[in-house]
Amino acid sequence: MPQSEQNTAVQPAEEEKGPFVRNLLEFWKSFRKNKPAIVGAVIVLFFILMAAFAGFIAPQGINDQNINIRLQPPSASHWLGTDDFGRDILSRIIYGSRLSLRVGFFAVIGSIIVGTLLGVAAGYFGKFIDTVISRFFDILLAFPSILLSIAIVAVLGPSLNNALVAIAIVNVPVFGRLVRARVLTVKEEEYIMAARSIGMGNTRIIFNHILPNSFAPIIVQGTLNIATAILDAAGLGFLGMGAQPPQPEWGTMLSSSRQYITNAPWTVLFPGLAIILVVVGFNLMGDGLRDALDPRMKN
Amino acid sequence: MADSILEVKDLRTSFFTDDGEVPAVDGITFSVKEGEILGLVGESGCGKSVTSLSIMGLLPSPPGKIVGGQILYKGEDISHAKESRMRKLRGNDIAMIFQEPMTSLNPVFTIGEQLTEAIRLHKKMPKKDLEARAVDLLKMVGLPRARELLKEYPHELSGGMRQRVMIAIAMSCDPKVLIADEPTTALDVTIQAQILDLMAKLNRETHTAIILITHDLGVVAQVCKRVVVMYAGKVVEQGDVRDIFNHPEHPYTEGLIRSIPDLFSKKDTLYTIKGSVPKPGSIKKGCLFAPRCPYVMDKCRTAEPELTGDRHKSRCFLHREDA
Repeated sequence: MPQSEQNTAVQPAEEEKGPFVRNLLEFWKSFRKNKPAIVGAVIVLFFILMAAFAGFIAPQGINDQNINIRLQPPSASHWLGTDDFGRDILSRIIYGSRLSLRVGFFAVIGSIIVGTLLGVAAGYFGKFIDTVISRFFDILLAFPSILLSIAIVAVLGPSLNNALVAIAIVNVPVFGRLVRARVLTVKEEEYIMAARSIGMGNTRIIFNHILPNSFAPIIVQGTLNIATAILDAAGLGFLGMGAQPPQPEWGTMLSSSRQYITNAPWTVLFPGLAIILVVVGFNLMGDGLRDALDPRMKN
Repeated sequence: MADSILEVKDLRTSFFTDDGEVPAVDGITFSVKEGEILGLVGESGCGKSVTSLSIMGLLPSPPGKIVGGQILYKGEDISHAKESRMRKLRGNDIAMIFQEPMTSLNPVFTIGEQLTEAIRLHKKMPKKDLEARAVDLLKMVGLPRARELLKEYPHELSGGMRQRVMIAIAMSCDPKVLIADEPTTALDVTIQAQILDLMAKLNRETHTAIILITHDLGVVAQVCKRVVVMYAGKVVEQGDVRDIFNHPEHPYTEGLIRSIPDLFSKKDTLYTIKGSVPKPGSIKKGCLFAPRCPYVMDKCRTAEPELTGDRHKSRCFLHREDA
């Protein structure tokens, strides 16, 4: 064997680990160098834990009303104060994280699944299929997203789940176009021709070769979109088109407390802060993921 | 010929563009015998790659289309075979390796996953045997640390190693014909020689026929037994490597041989064939090589010579008795 072909020896410590673990380690190495991304990840993790253990950490129930202590400022017994029904705002925010994260995750997963399927079909098969799907995306994108979600909710009826569906639909073209563009690049790669030359059919080429090569941008866009989905859900909630009172959804809380903004500002300040914090967290994490997963940044 | 495994008869492949039909391959005929290495030589743009893609049924379509002729694999015409039939043949019976080893492997999968892909597609094999087969294949193509390599990703390998992996993938189902489209062009010279040696060795051991597509006559001289020289979509000369090197009949072949740099000559400039390959379809009358030919005769500009000869065929008036 010539010298040049022996130089790629891996360190013995890494050899025992599987390829997947090695990839994960490599990803972690570049991700952890990015301080803002770590901050974002910590914030996201904080909210996930909060949602998971809401029942244990919330000092009170979400609908425990006490008219005697309505609109109390933050104090030792109610850290973030109380709202107009005397409910503990901290507890409601903690439980509210469940609603917001649920909308964020499932709306994005829904749009990823539908968007990816449509995008792959458009990019891989091209021609007529591409025209139909791409024009459909253009139509969806022509509406301001909040207007379109309001229209969809208006048809389905206002509720948190319908808001989720509406946000998912609105975001389909975001992923659809992303995947389509990615497929157009990947399908011209020589390894796709090589896959065809060993007798692989379209389905296998799409699922075994094209999709795995499109995951990185989807993950990044997905993380960033969780933030906008949460924001949209809060916006719909605020407009009365999303979660309905007494559900402790952050946007809904803002909406029902907005009349007290001058004499009890904590009733709107803290739900608003929660929204800002979780959105910033997902955005920072998404940017960090992009930097760590972008193949152009590697090597 | 009874022992021909692959016969290309009067194959014509055209591209249909906005400017009309462009005949990239214009009636070529050649055959590959079982277990031989056939060289397919010509300049860029003469239709070598289009020929190989036509055989594999992988022409970009549209705009590419086989408009005439036959491709016989074991006597079966596959030039217009159904996609499902071609999928069974590709990889299993006819395999292909590409010019660019750096991009021919999928970056997100390990060598092992890609190496066993063709076997999983074409043959049923228990998972344990699959890994053993993969290790054997890597050893066969001369790669060290076969077991560890299976778990590595393409970017961890050098170009030469990747081309060996590509050859291993192509050979994984014991194909009868291997089409190698400029397999050494992207590699440096020392690795080139090793890859050619490897292909010659595999050809001896497995008896797989190889169509070696190249623009490098030196490569052909090294490993091939027979050569087909292509010019502007047509075969201009065909025969034994020795005959062609010692007595080239077509001025184009002669030019190609003369342009190989000679280590011992003291000349300052290398020989070149003047001009460049005409655009397909641009020459309507006479011999396609006439505008560049040093021996051009009046006849060449009006009539096109036929491919004549017995074992050593050529398409030129120079060697005709009536010329």
